[in-house]
Amino acid sequence: MATILSTPTKRTGTRWSAGKILMMVFLVFMLMFYLIPVYIMVMNGLKTADVVSFSRMWELPNRLTSGGYGQAWEKLSPNVLSSVSLVVPATVISGFLGSLNGYILSKWKFRGSDLLFTLMLFGMFIPYQSILIPLIKFLQSIGLYGTIWGLILVHVVYGLPFTTLIFRNYFASVPVELVEASRVDGAGLLQIFFQIMLPLSVPAFVVVGIFQFTNIWNEFLFGLTVITNPARQPITVALNNLSGSFSIEWNVVMAGAVLTALPTLLIYIILGKYFVRGIMAGSVKG
Amino acid sequence: MAAEIIAPQDVQASRAKRGRYDRLIGPLLLSPSVIALAIFVYGFIGMTVWISLSNWDTARMNLSLADPLLSVYDKLFNMTRFQINIRNTLIFTVFFLLLAVGLGLLFAVLLDQHIPGNALFRNVFLFPYALSFVVTGVAWRWIFNPETGLNLLMDVLGVNWFLGLFGAGPFAPKWITDPRVMGDLANIIPLPDGIKAQLGFPMAMLPVIIAAVWQLSGFAMAMYLSGLAAISDEVREAAALDGASTFQLYRDIIIPLLKPITISTMIILGHVSLKIFDLVFAMSGRGPGYATEVPGIFMFDKTFKVLEYNTGAAASVVMLVLVSLVIVPYLARSMKEV
Amino acid sequence: MEFYRSRKVNRRTVTLGSAAAFAAVSVFPGMKLAAQEGEAEDQLEIFSWWTAGSEAAGLEELFNAFREMAPDVEIINAAVAGGAGANAQAALQTRLAGGDPPDSWQSHLAKELNARYVDPGYCESIDDLWEEEGWADVIPEGLIAQSTIGDVKYVIPVGVHRGNVVFFNKQVLTDNGIEVGEELSIDDFVAAADTLMAAGITPLALGSKDGFETPHLFENVLAARLGPEVYNGLWDGTTDWAGDEVKAACEDMVKMLGYVNDDHPALTWDGAMSKVIEGTAAFTSMGDWAYGNAVVAGVEDNIGYVAHPGSAASYISVVDGFVLPVDAPHPNNARTWLKAVGSADAQLAFAPNKGCIPARTDVDASQLNEYGQWSAGDFAKAAVLASNAHGAAADPQFQAAIGEACVNLLVSLDAEAFQMELADAATAAELGA
Repeated sequence: MATILSTPTKRTGTRWSAGKILMMVFLVFMLMFYLIPVYIMVMNGLKTADVVSFSRMWELPNRLTSGGYGQAWEKLSPNVLSSVSLVVPATVISGFLGSLNGYILSKWKFRGSDLLFTLMLFGMFIPYQSILIPLIKFLQSIGLYGTIWGLILVHVVYGLPFTTLIFRNYFASVPVELVEASRVDGAGLLQIFFQIMLPLSVPAFVVVGIFQFTNIWNEFLFGLTVITNPARQPITVALNNLSGSFSIEWNVVMAGAVLTALPTLLIYIILGKYFVRGIMAGSVKG
Repeated sequence: MAAEIIAPQDVQASRAKRGRYDRLIGPLLLSPSVIALAIFVYGFIGMTVWISLSNWDTARMNLSLADPLLSVYDKLFNMTRFQINIRNTLIFTVFFLLLAVGLGLLFAVLLDQHIPGNALFRNVFLFPYALSFVVTGVAWRWIFNPETGLNLLMDVLGVNWFLGLFGAGPFAPKWITDPRVMGDLANIIPLPDGIKAQLGFPMAMLPVIIAAVWQLSGFAMAMYLSGLAAISDEVREAAALDGASTFQLYRDIIIPLLKPITISTMIILGHVSLKIFDLVFAMSGRGPGYATEVPGIFMFDKTFKVLEYNTGAAASVVMLVLVSLVIVPYLARSMKEV
Repeated sequence: MEFYRSRKVNRRTVTLGSAAAFAAVSVFPGMKLAAQEGEAEDQLEIFSWWTAGSEAAGLEELFNAFREMAPDVEIINAAVAGGAGANAQAALQTRLAGGDPPDSWQSHLAKELNARYVDPGYCESIDDLWEEEGWADVIPEGLIAQSTIGDVKYVIPVGVHRGNVVFFNKQVLTDNGIEVGEELSIDDFVAAADTLMAAGITPLALGSKDGFETPHLFENVLAARLGPEVYNGLWDGTTDWAGDEVKAACEDMVKMLGYVNDDHPALTWDGAMSKVIEGTAAFTSMGDWAYGNAVVAGVEDNIGYVAHPGSAASYISVVDGFVLPVDAPHPNNARTWLKAVGSADAQLAFAPNKGCIPARTDVDASQLNEYGQWSAGDFAKAAVLASNAHGAAADPQFQAAIGEACVNLLVSLDAEAFQMELADAATAAELGA
């Protein structure tokens, strides 16, 4: 066996090295290309107002200072706070409701439940422009327009299809016998959920948490139209406003972009494994 | 599924009772989510459709139906600007999909070769996926500004000096400010009369496509890497025994095996690109001659700036239909597979 | 019973529950506080799109005037960035449609005031304030008319801008042997532009990103070619958009666009003005707020100004005012605010920063800077016209259609197609109906 395999491997191995070098060159080139925006954002963010200019955007900062970060934080911190107070409750609530929905739709199917699930899923894919005008009127009529609570409600509802999907797929992989055994013991639907399913579903919660956090943090259209007070708008909207005005120094805009990117980037770095798993699990992102 | 387990009589009886109760409680617990989505998705879409058929074209709400009923859509599709929007969306979607999925597959296959620094490459290619489109737009907008950015980098790196040695002009594309539209479908096939937009490739769209590929090719790569991981070593070994080259192995065996992944990736990225808004809004906006405007931006402009609510609503319904053409078959198929 | 048997589960549920509760509590106090503060009327929220340097400084002067009248009230500056309010107006409309008005907001007069705010029922009459403050005696006739919808006054004008001005870099012109006198004719400008082109300098800086800049340039061209009377006829249906006069103006416009910078789609008006300040471009045709950028940059000595070529007889006015909303969150403060911004002192402090002239005629013009005095002098002499690019001349739909025609023109540079598009839009707008 070993001899049969080793001969061709060796032969291709020598032919490979030329190809491998080419591959490496290509990958390193692409790596540099992918890092261009990072370089531009981080380096120009670190420059002080007197040296930052478009004509010198590729140069390194000439001395080490906090650059535009102080000013960016000063301008954006209310919006960071706003985003945090929006993302945390919206993620928790939509995650919890999604776990319940996923559990029922996978383990307590009823007539038409698959159709119902599919109809729910559709809400994940729609362009939100197509519900925007009635949504604003609706929020106005219940007195939540322009408030963080209104935006939380919006993100919870439109987050439900995704969280439900992840939990439904996750619970579907939990053996039926586990549920059946508890039912034999006389446990009811809710008992089984809290006793068996929830403790099992930590990985699914992590995935849902990461994705809901990322999606809501990065969201723009709802933040732009549901919250109108610039001081309370989410960070993405504030960053766009910042970048649109010429009076703001460019280093501050770039520093602001880094600030906006940082939380989701940290999650990606720390929980990268789950991040990739989430992409596979749902293979969906709105 | 319940019949498979044999239980003592009494337990079975209580289970049956419990079961009936639970069968009620299941849908009941589901109902808040279902009702919310029924209103927020289907109810609101219905209302948007109504608005798109109404006379509401000023700041003052007016829900009376237009006469003829489809007059708003008639006006919309006859607008050069909206025709350009649709062209842009389709061009963006096609080229973005080809590049993002192609590059994702290429990355995945190369990283499948046990290249040194594998993890670094994978992470760098994937991280833009975690960012907001707004961050992407803000960063790339300056990189693709003709007077700074990449063109300047070419100067700095001496590329233009080098080109000059061969008598070639400097590398200075106009990127997001380029108003040119390359080619015209009308030169190839006869088009119906009402088409006023030039059906070619808007050059200003290229930087937006590149930025979108930068952000989402990692997603395609991750999808393919998971697919590759699922292909057993036996398949590869069997192919090696048959004397297939690595190239043949991928072309004839592995890539065909990855077809389901390709389809899923195409559908997910395709629907994202059909409804693209944030990225264009932050990066290029309308563009020269509406060269980068997409229906999402048109809708925002008409609804919130010009206050033509019915036109804005109609544009959003068109977006919904485009997305549904991709998504509904996908959902229907996955429902059958359940 | 079994439900409580597993401690592990219990703890998890508790953790989850408390996380949700924590999240809820962490947001709720802020909301409650805001509501309480609202009742006490110790706040005033002012919406505008004045976020850029000189404009923001002008707004600050208005705030100062208010603070003198109500020192204990906290002012919330709800300004949204975006040239000429392109983004801000959208944000404001969603707020108003959502029943969440600020205490007062910046509005242009006439058509914009009516279509966006009065007709949908967002504005309260301020006839009584006009009476009390005697504004009718100090504000010129033309502006009173633009402030009145039907028989009711809804706005107090604060400052008047001139839209048809070209700013130029004196050094660049001197270097190229170009002189600009009191007036600049179309022919002189064309000659100068050709000289500059040959010297490799952008003759006319344009930023077309925000959408209002190109129609702005176009209305300056219209006023120059048509003269005040025919220009006014454009908006009430007496001037034919398909006629020869407009045709000539469209051709002028195409000629002008031959002189602009290539990267205009990536720039806003500030970016274009920066080019003039830096000297990479010679002229830019913009409203006089652009001069404020030169003042802020400290280079006003090198920046000259003259009426847009051929339009010296016209004063295209862009008037900023403030309104009183229906259901203002702090109605008393809002009324105090309007009184403050209507006062002579506030307008005099506001004008030099904003680069405009006061709407009141009873202020001492000698206190304005040199530019302000020039503008005030022309305001008294020239025909005062309404601006389309800034919403006063046409309703939003017609204004948007002209904007779309301009976007198309930037690419096609086809005067004939441009005029046809304009004429179609004018027909659709049912002018004079």
